[in-house]
Amino acid sequence: MNTRSELIQYLLRLGDSALVQGQRLCQWCGRAPALEEELALMNVGLDLVGQARNWLDYAAELLDDGRDADHLAFRRDERAYRNLLLVEQPNGDFAVTMLKQFLYDAWHLEVLKGLAQSSDERIAGIAAKAVKEVTYHLRRSSEWVERLGDGTEHSHQRMLEAIPLLWRFTVELISGDDSENHLHGAGIIADPAQVASAWQATVTRIFASATLPLPPAPSHFYLDARRGLHSEHLGILLAEMQALPRAYPDATW
Amino acid sequence: MYAQLVETGVKSIKPRSEMSEQERAFQEKIDSEIKIEAKNWMPDAYRQTLIRQISQHAHSEIVGMLPEGNWVTRAPTLKRKLQLMAKIQDEAGHGLYLYSAMETLGADRDEEIAKLHSGRAKYSSIFNYPTLNWADMGAVGWLVDGAAIVNQVVLQRTSYGPYSRAMVRICKEESFHQRQGYEILLTMMREGNQAQKDMVQDAINRLWWPALMMFGPSDEHSPNSAQSMAWKIKRQSNDELRQRFIDQTIPQLELLGCTCPDPDLTWNAERGHYDFGEIQWDEFYEVLKGNGPCNQERVATRRKAIEDGAWVREAAVAHARKKTNKNAA
Repeated sequence: MNTRSELIQYLLRLGDSALVQGQRLCQWCGRAPALEEELALMNVGLDLVGQARNWLDYAAELLDDGRDADHLAFRRDERAYRNLLLVEQPNGDFAVTMLKQFLYDAWHLEVLKGLAQSSDERIAGIAAKAVKEVTYHLRRSSEWVERLGDGTEHSHQRMLEAIPLLWRFTVELISGDDSENHLHGAGIIADPAQVASAWQATVTRIFASATLPLPPAPSHFYLDARRGLHSEHLGILLAEMQALPRAYPDATW
Repeated sequence: MYAQLVETGVKSIKPRSEMSEQERAFQEKIDSEIKIEAKNWMPDAYRQTLIRQISQHAHSEIVGMLPEGNWVTRAPTLKRKLQLMAKIQDEAGHGLYLYSAMETLGADRDEEIAKLHSGRAKYSSIFNYPTLNWADMGAVGWLVDGAAIVNQVVLQRTSYGPYSRAMVRICKEESFHQRQGYEILLTMMREGNQAQKDMVQDAINRLWWPALMMFGPSDEHSPNSAQSMAWKIKRQSNDELRQRFIDQTIPQLELLGCTCPDPDLTWNAERGHYDFGEIQWDEFYEVLKGNGPCNQERVATRRKAIEDGAWVREAAVAHARKKTNKNAA
């Protein structure tokens, strides 16, 4: 694979992850535990879908095959989606949602910090803006992990139940592949190994202050979102999200 | 209007001769357009009416997230999705402003929300109608937010300061959403295919009358209006506001190239207003009583959100307490 197609795949990974996570947050609309959370969940989702649009716009330009960001978002099947397995997992209860958000944010912020230094100016520009947003996301989700982990006995128990639901999917956050190492070598993205160790440090710190046990490092389990091998949750999520553009392919909205 | 049929608990307006000195001083302040603030003396019925009206208004913002939430996961482009998410976020914010304004009157947010969940408090009848196609997102923005703005622009001059100031902030954001809603419909009508145009007309057919009902009962059946007007909580009558809404909305409807589902609608040159057909008042009162198409689902969703979230709120309180204790030690 040349750098250009590696970069396209990487942009899809960023954009699809932000979009799918944003879509999951949309499903909370009207169902949050407090009014302040309605506002915050939609606010974070809005940031993420905005970032997704920026990444997919750029991916579409590089693809240069007549598809635009909307086409990429609403007409690709699950086998062509490149989002992290973590973000496509169902919302579950508020513990699952906030833990998922935290595990993603902790990774996302490190990735973006690296991208803000990218030799590709377009990427550096998008990432610089996103870093500000995701700094806020991480602060918020860390606080919730601490509140729930070190809140009541019941909330602690719910966090203990949320961890195994999500933990194995974090294997993707700490394992770079050849193409990412190559993109790093070209000065375009952060060093995946560095992202992994920074992610581990954040998670270790917040789990400790949340009085939650840190599970052992997850191992590969034969799904691989980089190759479009997703869990069964993504297809249904996309069926809902893509229904209108699929039903009316010639429509302008 | 986001607050319909607000009880004042007052059968007839007290003549000035029967007012106490305090009441007279209060009414004089109202008459000379001086805003009432939280710490000022006010008649209990004024306080209670405002609590009912502002809480109803706040509940409407919150329940109003649900018909849109029904489509936020299915918005057809990234731009439309972002717009809708921003709108829903603003609505949650409006709910927060309004509950805060209500709390300046000594009411408790959780208690008022409990009334909503047990069916003792109302919210706008409009949110009991289902959103059945994407054009509903445009029509809700254009017609529903449009009707709300006609009402809220006047409420910027309402006599209670905190409510009036909340309205100023809210109106700015609502106007933006209304234009976006109209633009959704305009795009579908001008650039869309036949199926999309049919969606637009269908959305208007379903939401036109419910939007007119947002202004509340006609003046002759609005027993609480006189007192609310005397207190300048309300500044214009239901029928005046409804007429203004129709007069300003019909040209927009024509620009879309759509029709109005009212065979009696005609321009009356003599009055300088549109004449329009009779609203189905039976339907209005039934929906307000809880017998509309989505009343049960809306309230059940909100109740479930708060019940399911109890452990989260308890955890937040427990954690805050632990932190305070740690800092003190």
